[in-house]
Amino acid sequence: MARLVVLGGGVSGHTAATFAAKWLGSSHEVVVVTPNSKWNWIPSNIWVGVGEMSKEDVTFELAPVYAKAGITYKQAKAVSLNPEGDLTNDSPFVTIEYTQEGRAGEVENITYDYIINATGPKLNFGATPGLGNGSELGEYTVSVCTAEHAVHASQKLQKCIEKMRNGERQKFLVGTGHGMCTCQGAAFEYIFNIEHELNKAGVRHMADIKWISNESFLGDFGIGGMHMKSMGFAVSSKIFAESLFTERGVDWIIGAHVSKVEEGVVHYELLDGTIGTENFDFSMLIPPFAGVGLKSYAKDGSDITDVIFAPNGFMKVDAKYDAGAYENWRASDWPSTYQNPTYTNMFACGIAFAPPHAISKPMSSPSGTPINPTPPRTGMPSGIMGKAVAHSICDLILKGEDAPLQHASMADMGAACVASAGKGIFTGTAAAMTIYPVVPDFEKYPGTGRDVDYTFGEIGLAGHWIKHILHHLFLYKAKLKPGWTLIPE
Amino acid sequence: MALEDEKHIKPYSQNFTTMTPGSFQKKLRTCVIYQFIRFIVINIKMIIVVGKSH
Ligand SMILES: Cc1cc2nc3c(=O)[nH]c(=O)nc-3n(C[C@H](O)[C@H](O)[C@H](O)COP(=O)(O)OP(=O)(O)OC[C@H]3O[C@@H](n4cnc5c(N)ncnc54)[C@H](O)[C@@H]3O)c2cc1C
Repeated sequence: MARLVVLGGGVSGHTAATFAAKWLGSSHEVVVVTPNSKWNWIPSNIWVGVGEMSKEDVTFELAPVYAKAGITYKQAKAVSLNPEGDLTNDSPFVTIEYTQEGRAGEVENITYDYIINATGPKLNFGATPGLGNGSELGEYTVSVCTAEHAVHASQKLQKCIEKMRNGERQKFLVGTGHGMCTCQGAAFEYIFNIEHELNKAGVRHMADIKWISNESFLGDFGIGGMHMKSMGFAVSSKIFAESLFTERGVDWIIGAHVSKVEEGVVHYELLDGTIGTENFDFSMLIPPFAGVGLKSYAKDGSDITDVIFAPNGFMKVDAKYDAGAYENWRASDWPSTYQNPTYTNMFACGIAFAPPHAISKPMSSPSGTPINPTPPRTGMPSGIMGKAVAHSICDLILKGEDAPLQHASMADMGAACVASAGKGIFTGTAAAMTIYPVVPDFEKYPGTGRDVDYTFGEIGLAGHWIKHILHHLFLYKAKLKPGWTLIPE
Repeated sequence: MALEDEKHIKPYSQNFTTMTPGSFQKKLRTCVIYQFIRFIVINIKMIIVVGKSH
């Protein structure tokens, strides 16, 4: 009997674990180690953050789902990996620390034959003074990265709406809280959902809304922007993004590294070296992401964390990490099997794998502060990677160690993405986009880097309907309800 | 184009150079019949991209 341990029960890890359990059956064991008792459909946190959904609408208890799937569930966080075992034990193991009520702090070693690291991001609020402390959100801004954060954001938003109703003008500042952030899409959704809600509440005229981000142009989204076919042109996402911001009366600051946050004021440095401040009454700033800080030890107990993990804490996989300057970047730098090159029974997928480099052009201010988005690993690619990695491991277990691995490179896969711009069954809108491939391939598609026949976007009610249907569809799939395998990632 | 549609464009500002939709284009965005057709079209496009990616 082989044991597969999956670290992290988020989008990528949950996909990997549930497919592996289905494919391996009861003759092998799948263990999931994840610190939360509930699964969260993170994209809908945006709607929790404006009070349009509750925390219960976007989460569900994991234990019954894993019991149904025959998965061993440990409500715990992984702390360290011993890929060679230790002096008393030759089997590789992972050390976990329970977070489950009644067992909190208890430590256990779990041996494994294969392991998947799908621990997602550490929300690194502590990287910006005033934004927070470590992975804890600070007191001046709000966040929508977790369902709890989003509930808190919604409460603050309601207070601002109340103030506006009482005649007090409010300033909203939304975007990224550091020069090296990713996930601009989430901030984009949140700012337009706020704008929509303020309209609905009849207080839009009392609000100034501003975007602040590390993108060098609006519509970069950490993927270097994209070109979409429109009116016979290949049009840059910059044009569409600027158009939407203008239409909805949202001002913007771009190329910004938020260097400090204080009560009601953000300090920033721009790509051209300008130092400035921006006041706010309400601010949601996405934190930079890092790996969750897993350590790793060799058999003799020596620290080999830097062998397995990149300096940012994400796990090294089959990527080309020495590509150098952006002129040398190739689509083939991106990993496709997500196998660790040193320990071949270790894989990483979703946000947890170390990307070879950014997708957006690297830039810095005259003083040398790097200001450019880091690459996003959104839901669909994270799910596809999780499934591909599970497939590879099942083949290795069931067909033998020579079985070929599955490939799922972000330079070879597309993504469908729906960015909400306001909720409402007849009044809502969302930008529905597809992009192919996610990572531009300038050898295959010289010029735009992508196939413009499969890269498109449009905003409207249809996008909102799709976003709403996806919310229900993905929760249905994650709960492993009948036919769940038919719903694509 | 109605003056209302241009209300957020500020002369000499960073948003002066962008394109801006007219009222017809904006109406289409929430026109249920048109959006129902777009719903089908977008779904087909997404299914093709999803199919190419798996
Ligand atoms: C507000 C918001 C909106 C978004 N909207 C969209 C969208 O509309 N479309 C889209 O495609 N993407 C969206 N994304 C991105 C999407 O959520 C991510 O791409 C996706 O969640 C990544 O999956 P993952 O499994 O890598 O990480 P996660 O889903 O974050 O899962 C990581 C899991 O690992 C667990 N974990 C953490 N530390 C440990 C540890 N030490 N040991 C074990 N487990 C651990 C975490 O608790 C979590 O359960 C959004 C993100 C945010 C923040």
